[in-house]
Amino acid sequence: MTAVGATVKEPGSSVKNKTGSWRTFKPVLDKDKCIDCENCFLFCPEGCITKENEIDYDYCKGCGICAEECPVKAIKMERG
Amino acid sequence: MEIPEQEFLAAGHRGCAGCGATIGARLALKMLGENTVAVSATGCLEVITTPYPETSWKVPWIHVAFENSAAVASGVERALKSQGKDDVNVVVFAGDGGTADIGLQSLSGAMERGHRIIYICYDNEAYMNTGVQRSGATPYGASTTTSPHGKESFGEDKPKKNIPMIMAAHGVPYVATASISYPEDFMKKVKKAAEMEGPAYIHLHQPCTTGWGYDPSKTIEMGRLAVDTGAWILYEIVDGEFKVTYRPLQRKPVNEYLNAQKRFKHLADEEKEKIQNYVNQVCAELKI
Ligand SMILES: Cc1ncc(C[n+]2csc(CCOP(=O)(O)OP(=O)(O)O)c2C)c(N)n1
Ligand code: SF4
Ligand code: SF4
Ligand code: SF4
Ligand SMILES: [Mg+2]
Repeated sequence: MTAVGATVKEPGSSVKNKTGSWRTFKPVLDKDKCIDCENCFLFCPEGCITKENEIDYDYCKGCGICAEECPVKAIKMERG
Repeated sequence: MEIPEQEFLAAGHRGCAGCGATIGARLALKMLGENTVAVSATGCLEVITTPYPETSWKVPWIHVAFENSAAVASGVERALKSQGKDDVNVVVFAGDGGTADIGLQSLSGAMERGHRIIYICYDNEAYMNTGVQRSGATPYGASTTTSPHGKESFGEDKPKKNIPMIMAAHGVPYVATASISYPEDFMKKVKKAAEMEGPAYIHLHQPCTTGWGYDPSKTIEMGRLAVDTGAWILYEIVDGEFKVTYRPLQRKPVNEYLNAQKRFKHLADEEKEKIQNYVNQVCAELKI
Protein backbone atom coordinates (compact mmCIF):
# COMPACT_ATOMS: atom_id res chain seq x y z
CA MET A 1 0.00 0.00 0.00
CA THR A 2 1.27 3.46 -0.81
CA ALA A 3 0.85 5.68 2.19
CA VAL A 4 -0.44 9.17 1.57
CA GLY A 5 0.23 11.58 4.41
CA ALA A 6 1.50 10.48 7.79
CA THR A 7 0.86 6.88 8.75
CA VAL A 8 1.25 5.25 12.14
CA LYS A 9 1.28 1.47 11.94
CA GLU A 10 1.47 0.49 15.60
CA PRO A 11 -1.99 0.57 17.23
CA GLY A 12 -2.08 2.04 20.73
CA SER A 13 1.57 3.09 20.61
CA SER A 14 0.94 6.09 22.88
CA VAL A 15 1.57 3.68 25.78
CA LYS A 16 5.21 4.62 25.25
CA ASN A 17 4.36 7.90 26.91
CA LYS A 18 4.00 7.25 30.61
CA THR A 19 1.72 9.98 31.87
CA GLY A 20 2.04 8.85 35.49
CA SER A 21 4.81 11.43 35.79
CA TRP A 22 2.16 14.19 35.59
CA ARG A 23 0.63 13.12 38.88
CA THR A 24 0.68 15.08 42.13
CA PHE A 25 -1.95 13.11 44.06
CA LYS A 26 -2.26 9.36 43.82
CA PRO A 27 -5.50 7.35 44.13
CA VAL A 28 -5.21 4.51 46.64
CA LEU A 29 -7.99 1.93 46.44
CA ASP A 30 -9.19 -0.12 49.40
CA LYS A 31 -10.55 -3.37 47.93
CA ASP A 32 -12.23 -4.28 51.22
CA LYS A 33 -14.51 -1.28 50.93
CA CYS A 34 -15.20 -1.69 47.20
CA ILE A 35 -18.70 -2.79 46.14
CA ASP A 36 -17.75 -3.42 42.48
CA CYS A 37 -19.97 -0.70 41.03
CA GLU A 38 -17.46 -0.15 38.16
CA ASN A 39 -17.69 3.67 38.37
CA CYS A 40 -13.92 4.07 38.62
CA PHE A 41 -13.36 1.76 35.63
CA LEU A 42 -15.98 3.58 33.55
CA PHE A 43 -14.99 7.15 34.31
CA CYS A 44 -11.18 7.07 34.26
CA PRO A 45 -10.06 9.30 31.34
CA GLU A 46 -6.93 7.17 30.93
CA GLY A 47 -8.66 3.81 31.02
CA CYS A 48 -6.07 2.82 33.59
CA ILE A 49 -8.31 1.10 36.17
CA THR A 50 -9.38 -2.45 35.41
CA LYS A 51 -12.71 -4.01 36.34
CA GLU A 52 -10.76 -5.86 39.02
CA ASN A 53 -9.81 -2.46 40.45
CA GLU A 54 -6.13 -2.53 39.55
CA ILE A 55 -4.78 0.97 38.98
CA ASP A 56 -1.92 1.35 36.51
CA TYR A 57 0.20 4.08 38.06
CA ASP A 58 2.36 4.29 34.93
CA TYR A 59 -0.49 6.24 33.33
CA CYS A 60 -2.71 7.58 36.14
CA LYS A 61 -2.56 11.40 35.95
CA GLY A 62 -4.09 11.80 39.40
CA CYS A 63 -7.19 13.64 38.22
CA GLY A 64 -9.21 12.34 41.18
CA ILE A 65 -12.34 11.44 39.20
CA CYS A 66 -12.29 7.84 40.49
CA ALA A 67 -12.15 8.99 44.11
CA GLU A 68 -14.88 11.57 43.50
CA GLU A 69 -17.19 9.05 41.81
CA CYS A 70 -16.71 6.15 44.22
CA PRO A 71 -20.03 5.81 46.07
CA VAL A 72 -18.44 4.19 49.15
CA LYS A 73 -15.28 6.33 49.35
CA ALA A 74 -13.04 3.31 48.78
CA ILE A 75 -10.52 5.49 46.91
CA LYS A 76 -8.44 8.14 48.69
CA MET A 77 -6.16 10.66 47.04
CA GLU A 78 -2.74 10.72 48.68
CA ARG A 79 0.39 12.68 47.90
CA GLY A 80 2.93 10.83 45.76
CA MET B 1 -25.71 -3.86 30.94
CA GLU B 2 -22.47 -5.85 30.53
CA ILE B 3 -19.68 -3.43 29.65
CA PRO B 4 -16.66 -4.89 27.81
CA GLU B 5 -13.36 -4.65 29.65
CA GLN B 6 -11.34 -4.29 26.46
CA GLU B 7 -10.01 -0.79 25.73
CA PHE B 8 -9.71 0.56 22.20
CA LEU B 9 -8.19 3.88 23.24
CA ALA B 10 -4.76 3.37 24.77
CA ALA B 11 -3.36 5.28 27.71
CA GLY B 12 -0.46 7.65 27.23
CA HIS B 13 -2.57 10.24 25.40
CA ARG B 14 -1.95 13.91 26.11
CA GLY B 15 -5.42 14.90 27.32
CA CYS B 16 -5.55 17.16 30.37
CA ALA B 17 -5.93 15.25 33.65
CA GLY B 18 -9.68 14.77 34.01
CA CYS B 19 -10.45 15.20 30.28
CA GLY B 20 -14.05 14.30 29.46
CA ALA B 21 -13.45 13.83 25.72
CA THR B 22 -11.36 10.69 26.23
CA ILE B 23 -13.98 9.24 28.59
CA GLY B 24 -16.56 9.65 25.81
CA ALA B 25 -14.33 8.05 23.18
CA ARG B 26 -13.42 5.12 25.46
CA LEU B 27 -17.04 4.32 26.27
CA ALA B 28 -18.23 4.63 22.66
CA LEU B 29 -15.45 2.37 21.35
CA LYS B 30 -16.30 -0.28 23.96
CA MET B 31 -19.76 -0.53 22.42
CA LEU B 32 -18.58 -0.46 18.81
CA GLY B 33 -15.84 -3.04 19.25
CA GLU B 34 -12.86 -3.90 17.09
CA ASN B 35 -14.81 -4.00 13.82
CA THR B 36 -14.74 -0.23 13.62
CA VAL B 37 -13.08 2.50 11.60
CA ALA B 38 -12.86 5.85 13.38
CA VAL B 39 -12.61 9.27 11.76
CA SER B 40 -11.69 12.40 13.66
CA ALA B 41 -12.06 16.06 12.90
CA THR B 42 -9.22 18.32 14.01
CA GLY B 43 -9.65 19.20 17.66
CA CYS B 44 -8.58 18.17 21.15
CA LEU B 45 -9.38 14.48 20.79
CA GLU B 46 -7.45 14.21 17.53
CA VAL B 47 -4.46 16.17 18.80
CA ILE B 48 -4.11 14.48 22.18
CA THR B 49 -4.47 10.94 20.82
CA THR B 50 -2.12 11.20 17.83
CA PRO B 51 1.14 13.01 18.58
CA TYR B 52 3.11 11.68 15.60
CA PRO B 53 4.55 9.03 15.47
CA GLU B 54 2.28 7.71 18.24
CA THR B 55 -1.40 6.88 18.32
CA SER B 56 -3.77 5.92 21.12
CA TRP B 57 -6.23 4.32 18.70
CA LYS B 58 -6.43 0.55 18.56
CA VAL B 59 -8.89 0.56 15.67
CA PRO B 60 -8.10 1.96 12.20
CA TRP B 61 -8.35 5.73 12.47
CA ILE B 62 -8.16 8.54 9.94
CA HIS B 63 -7.89 12.29 10.20
CA VAL B 64 -7.96 14.61 7.21
CA ALA B 65 -9.02 18.12 8.16
CA PHE B 66 -11.20 20.14 10.48
CA GLU B 67 -14.18 20.64 8.19
CA ASN B 68 -14.63 17.33 6.43
CA SER B 69 -14.88 14.45 8.91
CA ALA B 70 -18.38 13.51 7.73
CA ALA B 71 -17.23 13.59 4.09
CA VAL B 72 -14.23 11.39 4.92
CA ALA B 73 -16.50 8.97 6.80
CA SER B 74 -18.85 8.90 3.81
CA GLY B 75 -15.96 7.87 1.59
CA VAL B 76 -14.78 5.21 4.04
CA GLU B 77 -18.30 3.80 4.28
CA ARG B 78 -18.69 3.65 0.48
CA ALA B 79 -15.26 2.07 0.01
CA LEU B 80 -16.04 -0.63 2.59
CA LYS B 81 -19.43 -1.21 0.98
CA SER B 82 -17.89 -1.64 -2.46
CA GLN B 83 -15.69 -4.35 -0.95
CA GLY B 84 -18.74 -6.09 0.47
CA LYS B 85 -17.80 -5.20 4.06
CA ASP B 86 -21.20 -4.22 5.39
CA ASP B 87 -20.53 -5.12 9.01
CA VAL B 88 -17.94 -2.46 9.83
CA ASN B 89 -18.93 0.49 12.02
CA VAL B 90 -17.76 3.82 10.67
CA VAL B 91 -17.73 6.34 13.49
CA VAL B 92 -16.85 10.02 13.54
CA PHE B 93 -15.63 11.87 16.62
CA ALA B 94 -15.81 15.60 16.02
CA GLY B 95 -15.86 18.52 18.42
CA ASP B 96 -18.61 21.10 18.68
CA GLY B 97 -16.63 23.57 16.59
CA GLY B 98 -16.02 20.89 13.99
CA THR B 99 -19.73 20.06 14.00
CA ALA B 100 -21.81 23.15 14.71
CA ASP B 101 -19.65 25.51 12.66
CA ILE B 102 -16.90 24.43 10.34
CA GLY B 103 -18.00 20.87 9.46
CA LEU B 104 -21.71 21.56 9.24
CA GLN B 105 -21.98 21.49 5.46
CA SER B 106 -20.12 18.20 5.08
CA LEU B 107 -22.18 16.72 7.92
CA SER B 108 -25.42 17.89 6.33
CA GLY B 109 -24.36 16.36 3.02
CA ALA B 110 -23.52 13.01 4.62
CA MET B 111 -26.84 12.93 6.47
CA GLU B 112 -28.72 13.83 3.30
CA ARG B 113 -26.97 11.13 1.25
CA GLY B 114 -27.88 8.55 3.87
CA HIS B 115 -24.50 7.00 4.60
CA ARG B 116 -24.45 4.32 7.26
CA ILE B 117 -22.22 6.25 9.66
CA ILE B 118 -22.32 7.06 13.35
CA TYR B 119 -21.43 10.68 13.95
CA ILE B 120 -20.59 11.55 17.54
CA CYS B 121 -20.18 15.22 18.32
CA TYR B 122 -18.28 15.51 21.61
CA ASP B 123 -19.46 18.85 22.81
CA ASN B 124 -17.24 20.75 25.24
CA GLU B 125 -18.97 23.95 24.16
CA ALA B 126 -16.00 25.83 22.68
CA TYR B 127 -12.91 25.51 20.50
CA MET B 128 -10.78 24.02 23.26
CA ASN B 129 -7.75 22.84 21.31
CA THR B 130 -6.88 26.35 20.19
CA GLY B 131 -7.53 28.04 23.53
CA VAL B 132 -11.24 28.25 24.35
CA GLN B 133 -12.78 30.33 21.56
CA ARG B 134 -16.59 30.43 21.34
CA SER B 135 -18.36 28.10 18.92
CA GLY B 136 -21.97 27.94 17.76
CA ALA B 137 -22.48 25.46 20.59
CA THR B 138 -21.20 27.77 23.35
CA PRO B 139 -24.08 28.42 25.74
CA TYR B 140 -25.55 31.80 26.58
CA GLY B 141 -23.52 33.68 29.18
CA ALA B 142 -20.31 31.65 28.93
CA SER B 143 -17.07 33.60 28.99
CA THR B 144 -14.57 32.44 26.36
CA THR B 145 -11.51 34.11 24.89
CA THR B 146 -13.62 35.42 21.98
CA SER B 147 -16.71 36.15 24.09
CA PRO B 148 -14.95 37.52 27.17
CA HIS B 149 -16.92 39.03 30.02
CA GLY B 150 -16.07 42.53 31.17
CA LYS B 151 -17.53 45.98 31.50
CA GLU B 152 -19.14 45.87 28.07
CA SER B 153 -20.09 42.21 27.92
CA PHE B 154 -21.58 39.42 30.02
CA GLY B 155 -19.99 36.77 27.79
CA GLU B 156 -21.59 34.80 24.96
CA ASP B 157 -24.75 36.63 23.92
CA LYS B 158 -26.28 33.98 21.63
CA PRO B 159 -28.10 30.84 22.69
CA LYS B 160 -26.55 27.43 22.00
CA LYS B 161 -27.17 26.30 18.42
CA ASN B 162 -29.48 23.29 18.46
CA ILE B 163 -27.51 20.87 16.30
CA PRO B 164 -29.33 17.64 17.26
CA MET B 165 -32.61 19.16 16.06
CA ILE B 166 -30.96 20.37 12.86
CA MET B 167 -29.83 16.77 12.33
CA ALA B 168 -33.34 15.52 13.09
CA ALA B 169 -34.66 17.85 10.40
CA HIS B 170 -32.65 15.81 7.89
CA GLY B 171 -35.00 12.92 8.62
CA VAL B 172 -32.19 10.52 9.55
CA PRO B 173 -33.19 7.31 11.38
CA TYR B 174 -31.40 8.08 14.65
CA VAL B 175 -30.61 11.24 16.59
CA ALA B 176 -29.76 11.32 20.28
CA THR B 177 -28.28 13.53 22.94
CA ALA B 178 -26.12 12.02 25.68
CA SER B 179 -23.74 12.87 28.49
CA ILE B 180 -20.53 11.22 29.62
CA SER B 181 -21.97 11.39 33.15
CA TYR B 182 -24.75 8.96 32.20
CA PRO B 183 -22.60 6.22 30.69
CA GLU B 184 -25.25 3.51 30.38
CA ASP B 185 -27.66 5.84 28.62
CA PHE B 186 -24.85 6.94 26.28
CA MET B 187 -23.59 3.44 25.58
CA LYS B 188 -27.08 2.10 24.83
CA LYS B 189 -27.46 4.93 22.34
CA VAL B 190 -24.16 4.10 20.67
CA LYS B 191 -25.29 0.49 20.34
CA LYS B 192 -28.61 1.54 18.85
CA ALA B 193 -26.87 3.95 16.49
CA ALA B 194 -24.66 1.10 15.25
CA GLU B 195 -27.74 -0.98 14.44
CA MET B 196 -29.27 1.65 12.14
CA GLU B 197 -29.33 1.16 8.39
CA GLY B 198 -28.69 4.84 7.77
CA PRO B 199 -26.96 7.81 9.42
CA ALA B 200 -27.00 8.13 13.19
CA TYR B 201 -26.09 11.29 15.08
CA ILE B 202 -25.23 11.46 18.80
CA HIS B 203 -24.58 14.77 20.51
CA LEU B 204 -22.47 14.01 23.58
CA HIS B 205 -22.20 16.63 26.30
CA GLN B 206 -18.64 16.57 27.63
CA PRO B 207 -17.38 18.77 30.45
CA CYS B 208 -13.88 20.20 29.97
CA THR B 209 -11.88 21.09 33.07
CA THR B 210 -9.60 23.52 31.27
CA GLY B 211 -12.19 25.43 29.26
CA TRP B 212 -14.97 25.50 31.81
CA GLY B 213 -12.85 26.18 34.87
CA TYR B 214 -13.47 23.56 37.54
CA ASP B 215 -11.32 21.01 39.39
CA PRO B 216 -10.40 18.00 37.19
CA SER B 217 -11.97 15.59 39.69
CA LYS B 218 -15.39 17.20 39.02
CA THR B 219 -15.74 16.31 35.32
CA ILE B 220 -18.47 13.73 35.88
CA GLU B 221 -20.14 15.84 38.57
CA MET B 222 -20.35 18.78 36.14
CA GLY B 223 -22.02 16.70 33.44
CA ARG B 224 -24.47 15.33 35.99
CA LEU B 225 -25.33 18.83 37.19
CA ALA B 226 -26.06 19.88 33.60
CA VAL B 227 -28.60 17.07 33.27
CA ASP B 228 -30.01 17.34 36.78
CA THR B 229 -30.66 21.06 36.38
CA GLY B 230 -32.25 20.63 32.96
CA ALA B 231 -29.51 22.64 31.25
CA TRP B 232 -28.80 19.53 29.14
CA ILE B 233 -31.54 17.09 28.24
CA LEU B 234 -31.11 13.42 27.38
CA TYR B 235 -33.38 12.25 24.57
CA GLU B 236 -33.44 10.21 21.41
CA ILE B 237 -35.37 10.40 18.15
CA VAL B 238 -35.83 7.02 16.46
CA ASP B 239 -37.40 7.23 13.00
CA GLY B 240 -38.92 10.58 13.92
CA GLU B 241 -40.26 9.38 17.29
CA PHE B 242 -39.04 11.69 20.12
CA LYS B 243 -38.48 10.32 23.62
CA VAL B 244 -36.82 11.75 26.72
CA THR B 245 -34.52 8.97 28.02
CA TYR B 246 -33.78 10.34 31.48
CA ARG B 247 -35.79 12.59 33.80
CA PRO B 248 -34.21 13.92 36.99
CA LEU B 249 -36.45 13.08 39.94
CA GLN B 250 -36.24 16.63 41.21
CA ARG B 251 -34.79 19.29 38.94
CA LYS B 252 -32.02 21.32 40.67
CA PRO B 253 -31.75 25.11 40.30
CA VAL B 254 -29.56 25.95 37.31
CA ASN B 255 -27.38 28.13 39.58
CA GLU B 256 -25.88 24.95 41.04
CA TYR B 257 -24.47 24.21 37.60
CA LEU B 258 -23.51 27.79 36.70
CA ASN B 259 -21.84 28.71 39.99
CA ALA B 260 -19.60 25.64 39.87
CA GLN B 261 -17.78 26.90 36.75
CA LYS B 262 -15.44 29.80 36.15
CA ARG B 263 -16.93 30.48 32.70
CA PHE B 264 -20.30 31.46 34.28
CA LYS B 265 -19.19 32.86 37.64
CA HIS B 266 -19.24 36.49 36.49
CA LEU B 267 -22.91 36.39 35.49
CA ALA B 268 -25.24 38.84 37.22
CA ASP B 269 -28.39 37.47 38.88
CA GLU B 270 -30.41 38.95 36.03
CA GLU B 271 -28.59 36.84 33.42
CA LYS B 272 -28.74 33.72 35.56
CA GLU B 273 -32.47 34.24 35.91
CA LYS B 274 -32.81 34.48 32.14
CA ILE B 275 -31.03 31.14 31.83
CA GLN B 276 -33.27 29.59 34.51
CA ASN B 277 -36.38 30.88 32.73
CA TYR B 278 -35.22 29.47 29.43
CA VAL B 279 -34.48 26.08 31.03
CA ASN B 280 -37.90 26.13 32.72
CA GLN B 281 -39.60 26.79 29.41
CA VAL B 282 -37.83 23.94 27.60
CA CYS B 283 -38.40 21.55 30.51
CA ALA B 284 -42.09 22.48 30.71
CA GLU B 285 -42.51 21.60 27.04
CA LEU B 286 -40.84 18.22 27.63
CA LYS B 287 -42.49 17.62 31.02
CA ILE B 288 -39.17 17.40 32.86
C1 LIG C 1 -9.71 25.13 8.65
C2 LIG C 1 -9.12 25.20 10.01
N1 LIG C 1 -9.33 26.29 10.77
C3 LIG C 1 -8.82 26.37 12.01
C4 LIG C 1 -8.07 25.35 12.52
C5 LIG C 1 -7.46 25.46 13.89
N2 LIG C 1 -8.12 24.61 14.85
C6 LIG C 1 -7.64 23.39 15.16
S1 LIG C 1 -8.53 22.59 16.34
C7 LIG C 1 -9.56 23.93 16.49
C8 LIG C 1 -10.66 23.91 17.50
C9 LIG C 1 -11.51 22.69 17.53
O1 LIG C 1 -12.64 22.92 18.30
P1 LIG C 1 -13.72 21.79 18.48
O2 LIG C 1 -14.16 21.27 17.18
O3 LIG C 1 -14.80 22.31 19.37
O4 LIG C 1 -12.91 20.62 19.22
P2 LIG C 1 -12.18 20.71 20.66
O5 LIG C 1 -10.79 21.17 20.43
O6 LIG C 1 -12.96 21.65 21.50
O7 LIG C 1 -12.22 19.32 21.18
C10 LIG C 1 -9.21 24.96 15.61
C11 LIG C 1 -9.89 26.24 15.50
C12 LIG C 1 -7.84 24.22 11.68
N3 LIG C 1 -7.15 23.16 12.10
N4 LIG C 1 -8.39 24.17 10.44
S1 SF4 D 1 -6.95 9.56 39.45
FE1 SF4 D 1 -7.84 9.88 37.41
S2 SF4 D 1 -6.30 9.02 36.03
FE2 SF4 D 1 -5.85 8.20 38.06
S3 SF4 D 1 -6.94 6.26 38.14
FE3 SF4 D 1 -8.29 7.81 39.05
S4 SF4 D 1 -9.58 8.47 37.33
FE4 SF4 D 1 -7.81 7.40 36.43
S1 SF4 E 1 -15.92 3.23 42.31
FE1 SF4 E 1 -15.41 2.46 44.37
S2 SF4 E 1 -16.94 0.90 44.80
FE2 SF4 E 1 -17.05 1.32 42.61
S3 SF4 E 1 -15.70 -0.23 41.70
FE3 SF4 E 1 -14.44 1.59 42.04
S4 SF4 E 1 -13.51 1.33 44.10
FE4 SF4 E 1 -15.21 -0.13 43.90
S1 SF4 F 1 -8.90 21.21 26.86
FE1 SF4 F 1 -10.69 20.07 27.60
S2 SF4 F 1 -11.30 18.67 25.93
FE2 SF4 F 1 -9.21 19.42 25.51
S3 SF4 F 1 -7.83 17.84 26.35
FE3 SF4 F 1 -8.12 19.40 27.96
S4 SF4 F 1 -9.89 18.70 29.18
FE4 SF4 F 1 -9.89 17.52 27.24
MG1 LIG G 1 -15.03 21.93 21.44
